[in-house]
Amino acid sequence: MSEVLRVSGLRKSYGHNVVLDGLDLTAGEHECIALIGASGSGKSTLLRCIDLLEVVDDGVVELDGRDITDPRVDGDEVRTHIGIVFQAFNLFPHLRVIDNITLAPRKVHGVPKEKAEVEALALLERVGLREKASARPDELSGGQQQRVAIARALANKPRLMLFDEVTSALDPELVGEVLMLIRELKHDGMTMLLATHEMGFARDVADKVCFLDGGRVLEDGPPEQVLGDPREPRTRQFLRRIIDAGRL
Amino acid sequence: MEGWQPSALQLERQAYRRRRTQRSWLIALVSSAVVITLVVTVVRGSTGWPRTRDSFFDFGLGWDGVPDLLRALWINVQIMLITEALVLFLAAGIAILRTLRGPVFFPLRFLAGLYVDVFRGLPLLVVLYLVGYGLPALRLQGMPTSTFVLAIIALTLTYTAYVAEVFRAGIESVHPSQSGSARALGLSYAQSMRYVVFPQAVRRVLPPLLNDFVSLQKDTSLASVLGVIEMVLTAENQASQSGKFVHYVMAGLIFLILTVPLTRFTDWLARRQGWVNAGGVIT
Repeated sequence: MSEVLRVSGLRKSYGHNVVLDGLDLTAGEHECIALIGASGSGKSTLLRCIDLLEVVDDGVVELDGRDITDPRVDGDEVRTHIGIVFQAFNLFPHLRVIDNITLAPRKVHGVPKEKAEVEALALLERVGLREKASARPDELSGGQQQRVAIARALANKPRLMLFDEVTSALDPELVGEVLMLIRELKHDGMTMLLATHEMGFARDVADKVCFLDGGRVLEDGPPEQVLGDPREPRTRQFLRRIIDAGRL
Repeated sequence: MEGWQPSALQLERQAYRRRRTQRSWLIALVSSAVVITLVVTVVRGSTGWPRTRDSFFDFGLGWDGVPDLLRALWINVQIMLITEALVLFLAAGIAILRTLRGPVFFPLRFLAGLYVDVFRGLPLLVVLYLVGYGLPALRLQGMPTSTFVLAIIALTLTYTAYVAEVFRAGIESVHPSQSGSARALGLSYAQSMRYVVFPQAVRRVLPPLLNDFVSLQKDTSLASVLGVIEMVLTAENQASQSGKFVHYVMAGLIFLILTVPLTRFTDWLARRQGWVNAGGVIT
């Protein structure tokens, strides 16, 4: 299995608050890695650092063996190979659904309008929202908006998809449709990292679960092991709180 | 709802609301009548009224001057339209300059900031004098000497500063997650500004923008201090001939006919939530 992503010794702090403290992580081709951990454990920051939305303090992120944290690398170009989906969807409210999806292909990759729209409609078909192509984002439910956001990220044909707690802002009955879509992406062989609080889903879909604590990966392994029989006391403590909250 | 009949309770509520509405109308009518009667009685009974009426409200005399006023108004309208076009274009540029990050852009950012601070702070009248009398006095080659052009330059200088700030406020009000997700899609800074941030900013600032244009509409009359024969200066000439103020009143009324619809339009636009929200829902 070839390596798509390698993170080594990643460090990121905001003022005196050290969020990532020498974190190591690798993701192989077609691998799905779930990042779990308490709020503030650095899951989102890690994803933002990988997508070069934050400048790292130290350490290396390699995408297909290329150091993308090198300041000489063109960040805009790198970001076109990585798709990210945010907790809050962040669709562009002034653009129709289809224009949200075609914006990057047309303006970044110079794909002609007609071709971009054909591809966008195919993506919308895939996320089950073809009939919403001309709708405005605020006419959609949260689950629909999030599926459009996923389609928008896929339009760049990314090597790697990052999901940042994509179901946390959704009503419970809308979570399923988004998770279903991510499961299909996994089935199609997409390499992905997903920060999540959905432990049941992590167990179901992930090849590997990483528990983040103190700015590092404290424990990782197959889902059954990390979620079912954790070695570390901190992992056990975290999972117990999740179970007490009725989330596992 | 098919087959739904309002319940007796609901019918009673509706009847109550109708009675309340009728009563409100009646009260408004009576109180308006009382106030108007009072005002009219007091004004007409006061000792100065005949002179005031003679000087300000001799509409027969005022009406005779209206065709000349309207001809002169065309100058105001021209000044307004040309200035608005220039202001929109320049202000958007200045606003974007002020949001650029990075050391290369420091001088541009600084100059844009300085310009805005200076011209927002200077009274328009001072700018008009400086541009209108000062520039031609330099006798530079190619310097326009038409007072019409000079007035447009002065108005543009001042209003660009105001409108640039309106645009900048709009740009900064677009949530950072919007440009963040644009950048995440691989768009460059300029592209995310052009396709994502600026379009949302413009939708949001449309009401304050039109507000500034209402102001501009009125301030075109200040071109008269440079001797541009626009409507107010025309009214002044009429007034100095007849010795009556009614000409100013007519000019004022014509301005109102121009500006009130635009202000109402602005209010209506601001209320039209769907449109304003197209740039306003932060998710």
